Amino acid sequence: MTTRSILSVRGLKVHFGSRKVIQNLGFEVEAGDTLAIIGPNGAGKTVLLKALLGLVPYEGEICWSPTVKLGYVPQKIAADRQMPIRVHDLLSAKAHILKLHPRCIETVAAMVGLTPEVLRASIGTISGGQFQKALIAFALLGEPNVLLFDEPTASLDELAEERVYDIVEQLQREQHLTVILVSHDLSIVYRAANKVLCVSKDLVCFGPPREVLTPAALEAMYSAPPQYYLHRHGKEPDQPGKAAGHD
Amino acid sequence: MTETSTVYSIVLALLFAVAAGLVGSFALMKRMILGADVISHVALPGLGLAFLWHFNPLLGGGAALFLGTLLIWQLQKKESFSTEVAIGVVFAGSVAIGAALTPKEDLVEVFFGKFEQISGFTFLVGVMAVAVIVYFILRFKSALILNLFSPELAAATGIKLNRLNLLFLLAFSLTVLIGLRFMGALLAGALIIIPAATGRRLADSIWMFLFASTLASVLAVGIGFLLNAFVFRNIGLAPTIVMVSTLLFCLSLIRSRT
Repeated sequence: MTTRSILSVRGLKVHFGSRKVIQNLGFEVEAGDTLAIIGPNGAGKTVLLKALLGLVPYEGEICWSPTVKLGYVPQKIAADRQMPIRVHDLLSAKAHILKLHPRCIETVAAMVGLTPEVLRASIGTISGGQFQKALIAFALLGEPNVLLFDEPTASLDELAEERVYDIVEQLQREQHLTVILVSHDLSIVYRAANKVLCVSKDLVCFGPPREVLTPAALEAMYSAPPQYYLHRHGKEPDQPGKAAGHD
Repeated sequence: MTETSTVYSIVLALLFAVAAGLVGSFALMKRMILGADVISHVALPGLGLAFLWHFNPLLGGGAALFLGTLLIWQLQKKESFSTEVAIGVVFAGSVAIGAALTPKEDLVEVFFGKFEQISGFTFLVGVMAVAVIVYFILRFKSALILNLFSPELAAATGIKLNRLNLLFLLAFSLTVLIGLRFMGALLAGALIIIPAATGRRLADSIWMFLFASTLASVLAVGIGFLLNAFVFRNIGLAPTIVMVSTLLFCLSLIRSRT
């Protein structure tokens, strides 16, 4: 682990029964990095995030810097939306567990743009974009210095997706966060990440996106010809041909 | 048989209603509400042995419930069964063993309960048990809410889910146990289920839900006692309470959902 390194992973293996999901993975993340984890379906991207969070058993070494405080935004929440739980109940439950001052809830809500009306609304009645903001606000409670995002915009339309990434970039700028995100959208990777980790059963590539995301690497990872990939700059609208790959 | 011990019985029944309302609310959200109906049956082998060998049925029922709860928890944890599968398996075995062990003449009492005066000691133990349940719910409410919303997020927040699930199952079983004697094995779970369903109809927030469920449960027991004492003297106490509870649920249906 180097002095600026905030996370060091070596020889990471995860298997469920006889099924090997991650084999011998290694990489380092430095403070302030935005690391994008990309890969095809079933490559183990979500499992990798869960291993980093200690939510699944693993072999090998995952070494976080002692100063790290993690915030996590999961890909999907299978919650029953009919439960009589308001957005504020949820944030207040975490604030209570972490023994935070109730005022923290208003602070994180303001950071992600959750209005008091949404805070008072039941989780079953808010839109997908508001729900995602609520999850980001949830992750931000406790002032984490590392945020882990699993496909943060998977179920959102384009506008909501842009807003979520605006929030992430703004947070990173203002709070100096380290961000680790799983994404299937290569345009987001180019836009947001300074490092990319491609996973496909084994490590395919690791480094700055423009250096490592070569057509050959993409073909090796997705087992598809590189012309399927279409690069998108900035906030241009989506084009067909995004590299696919949900977990 | 004194007036005091009758008061003890009524007060303990009302306290049971408070515990049942609180536990039932979370059980409903955890989608294990039918477990309440079923888990009370897990007490049957212990009750059967108690009637057979003439010792305190609460001891027998409690021991059987405790062992059954541990077994259900282990089945969930080690074998990755859902709560309903684990409870279902233990339930079926318990009913069979209980029915085989219980003397025929005591079966009705075991299934439908019986109102009886209780000693000061039993009352104190019951009050302490309710206090433990209420403390657990209030102390762990945030963890329970997060676990309901997303076990994964709860774990990432540092909540020990295995421990929380075991504690909830124990609180659940303890609630059933308190109601077992006067509600019977068949109906002890009803006060966990029906008031929670009523509360859910009336509430839009978690606090309102807990309050409405508890109130519906206490009202059912209170009104049930009064009706049984002055109107329906020939009907058992437990069926009266459950009928009142069902009526309250029907009344809650009048309220339109927002």
